[in-house]
Amino acid sequence: MEFPILSLMLAVPLIAAIACLFLDAPAARITALFATLINLALGVMLWLNYDIGGAQWQFTESAPLFAGFEYALGIDGIALMLIMLSVFLMPICILASWDSITKRVGEYMAAFLLMEVLMIGVFAAQDLFLFYIFFEAGLIPMYLIIGVWGGDNRIYASYKFFLYTLLGSVLMLIAMLWMVNAAGTSDIPTLMQYDFPPEAQFWLWLAFFASFAVKMPMWPVHTWLPDAHVQAPTAGSVILAGVLLKLGGYGFIRFSLPMFPVASADLAWLVFGLSMVAVIYTSLVALVQDDMKKLIAYSSVAHMAIVTAGLFAFNVQGLEGAMMVMLGHGLVSGALFLCVGVIYDRLHTREIARYGGLSINMPKYALFFLLFTMASIGLPGTSNFIGEFLALAGIYEVSTLVTLVCTTGIILGAAYMLYLYRRVAFGEQKNADAAAMPDLNAREWAMLAPIAAAVLWMGVYPESFLAPMRQDIVALETRLASVAPRYDSALDQGTPREHAANHVVFEGDKEGGH
Amino acid sequence: MDYATSIHLMGAEIGLSVVALVLLLVTAWTSTKAARGITVAAVAALFGALVFSISLPNGGVPAEAFGGLLRQDGFALFAKALIYIATIACLIVAPTYFERIGGYRGEYAVLMVFNAVGMGMMVSAVDLMTLYIGLELSSLSSYVLASFVRKDQKSSEAGLKYFVLGGLASGIILYGISLVYGFSGTTTYEGVRAAFDANFSTGALFGLVFVLAGLAFKIAAVPFHMWTPDVYEGAPTPVTAFFASAPKVAAVAMLVRMVIIPFGGQVEAWQQIVIFAALASIVVGALGAIGQPNLKRLLAYSSINNVGFILIGLAAATAAGVSGVLVYLAIYVFMTIGSFVALLMLRDAEGNALSTFDDISGLSTSSPVLAWCLLALMFSLAGIPPLFGFWGKFVVFQAAVEADMIALAAIGIAASVIGAFYYIKFIKVMFFDEPKGPAPAKAPVSHWAVLGLCVLVISPLGYLLTPWLGIAADAAAQALFSAA
Repeated sequence: MEFPILSLMLAVPLIAAIACLFLDAPAARITALFATLINLALGVMLWLNYDIGGAQWQFTESAPLFAGFEYALGIDGIALMLIMLSVFLMPICILASWDSITKRVGEYMAAFLLMEVLMIGVFAAQDLFLFYIFFEAGLIPMYLIIGVWGGDNRIYASYKFFLYTLLGSVLMLIAMLWMVNAAGTSDIPTLMQYDFPPEAQFWLWLAFFASFAVKMPMWPVHTWLPDAHVQAPTAGSVILAGVLLKLGGYGFIRFSLPMFPVASADLAWLVFGLSMVAVIYTSLVALVQDDMKKLIAYSSVAHMAIVTAGLFAFNVQGLEGAMMVMLGHGLVSGALFLCVGVIYDRLHTREIARYGGLSINMPKYALFFLLFTMASIGLPGTSNFIGEFLALAGIYEVSTLVTLVCTTGIILGAAYMLYLYRRVAFGEQKNADAAAMPDLNAREWAMLAPIAAAVLWMGVYPESFLAPMRQDIVALETRLASVAPRYDSALDQGTPREHAANHVVFEGDKEGGH
Repeated sequence: MDYATSIHLMGAEIGLSVVALVLLLVTAWTSTKAARGITVAAVAALFGALVFSISLPNGGVPAEAFGGLLRQDGFALFAKALIYIATIACLIVAPTYFERIGGYRGEYAVLMVFNAVGMGMMVSAVDLMTLYIGLELSSLSSYVLASFVRKDQKSSEAGLKYFVLGGLASGIILYGISLVYGFSGTTTYEGVRAAFDANFSTGALFGLVFVLAGLAFKIAAVPFHMWTPDVYEGAPTPVTAFFASAPKVAAVAMLVRMVIIPFGGQVEAWQQIVIFAALASIVVGALGAIGQPNLKRLLAYSSINNVGFILIGLAAATAAGVSGVLVYLAIYVFMTIGSFVALLMLRDAEGNALSTFDDISGLSTSSPVLAWCLLALMFSLAGIPPLFGFWGKFVVFQAAVEADMIALAAIGIAASVIGAFYYIKFIKVMFFDEPKGPAPAKAPVSHWAVLGLCVLVISPLGYLLTPWLGIAADAAAQALFSAA
């Protein structure tokens, strides 16, 4: 038996979470940071030992602990990358909460560590019901994080978050029960190859869609997200935007597409339609926000719409692009929320108008903020450019119209991000208190610098991130190839002309000359 | 079938009856100071009955006792184990409670033991007459228990309400039984089954409906649930914990045996009744709880809601469904006893109960351990994984889906989201709000022990029990279906 590294990655934060409940504030902070760093190290080991081009499922382990479902873990390249994203963001979240959280620190750290356990569990689960348990359990710590340590309107936001996502996912459970009953196994790799009857696929797809669309979130069920983001503490927003939103995309790529290919193809128009509305609508909404966090929250919805459109392009570019947008957006939106958190900690307001001219008194901060703003726009050389370009290239093969609309969204994205940056960092220093804010301290520097490095790495040499996923994406594309939908980009094969275009009919020919 | 075998099979009930009679005499001749000793003796007797039942050699093989009046099979043993465990837990927490409000008496323990005997008969009965005797033995002691604090107006009111409405329900059941007897000519379950398989007339259908209506009252299923919030609120809290656990297990088990064996040939006749009661209980239980400021009333509606989920398993009318019902019951017993014991521990320094949402506002700062226990219990009742309450819902919905009742499962699970609202409100009040009322006083060790055990079972560690629980419940369900 191999070394159970995935179980260890679940156990380390779990033990630390239980310990944090009993520790006082300084000890809990150190414990949490230490545990997340250990998990980061384990994650790096996981990546280094991952055999690119090897077996599809690696680091598999299982134990007959339960009846009805199995404790089975294992990852492919897609899961590996998302686990890396989670373990990378986690120590940064702990650092972000170092000074800003002062009440009930032990419980706060415990909730975050529990969150890490559940996120890794979701990506590593190889049993359908184990996945569901991890997936759904994430509601509990997030509900507490928003509700206990959130802003003024936290109670409304926490209720909305909880009930919205719960309603979305319970129907998925019924669909899962049906699938397992029909297929006779709850093993995810087997189910990914199982062909469900097409008429059943339709309903199953819709049940899964209800859950993942809410998590994603897709328009029109995205309204919980701005509320949750605005009210959550900074680190909560980072985790929400960085990893939890990716659960929806992961669900599509792991379940909806491979398990229900026919229904996915039949209903791709729905996904495209909702994505198009989301890109334009939420970008316009973001343009008029005067709350920084809300602006970034709406921009997340727009970015996620490009992910969904890319996923349902049914080709390698679209799928790879969607994955890269998820990874890139995880880093960039997380970093943007951290940037907001940095100045929020100093001035305790998220109102854009209260800031201005920060590049004068906070030059280092302004530099980082600029980098992440540009990355969010999708400037070449940053992570999001790779993802958005690939995704749009993939969509273009399917539908010109969808590409047109999504690209317009990216232009709008540039508009609202640059407008935000101008109001916060440039211009006059209207407010004396904002002008007196000190620049980044060492802790904040340590939070932002690693993300900046990762963003540039992903933008300059994306192959490191694409290589582990390539085989899995090609396998998925092969499974989907036969049903790929054809929209307006499909070549219209006309009937060939009878004659050349410059063919002239002589009157005399008809008469017959001779 | 000789008497020795019969006595051996029903040894737990006979032993408990003897103990209860002896304890009754002791109570009569000693002062109230002996009450604690009597409670200890009752707990010991119940524990003995539990061990005896589990170790009965023919655990899996059904065996008739007393000429086919009672049957000892895996199903009965599973239910009895739960009943004894719940009764023991409710006895352990009782003395401190009653001593605080002045006046613990030995009769409490005696009544509980008699109740346990009645419930044991209910789950073993395979004859309509023994069923009724068991039911009445249990019900009559329950009426007295509800009004045990005579000086308290609410307790007396609860007892009276329970008695009047319970009496009505017993009458309805008896009327149903008489119709069933009239149309089948026998009172044994097997005889009724054979007669109805041969000829199921409209009159027999009326009998079935009346019996089910009466039983629906006993399990507090909608539309026969109105008594529940009043009785649960008025009765002393240890008694409420008892009502919500053991008698509910017994009544559900009795209902399951009733519909699977005598009415097992007429599934379509009772299935629609069960489906209606299930969905109505889930919805009414959820909606009714939303506006409740009183914690005990809230948990009363929660128990109505839970009965709805239990009935979904029964509606499937398959062995998997019955197994799901039993697993759900097992988990439910721990959840509900844990919740009520936690309520019991919520009292200020003067001993006044903290009984409303306002009183427990900000509990997580004034009493963090208790608040975290309640958090686990509430998420478990709401069926949120990874807590064990999820597993109960999982198995009943799985049974419904396997029986091809997808619409029922989908509606039921969607309605469970309404219920989640008030459970998370409970958590919101404890964790998000600022403390308003007084901090709860220190609770006795016995309460902590019971609460700790319950929380341990419903924590994610509970999933380690699933293989064992699954095998026991499957065997129990199989025993029922092989007999039918």
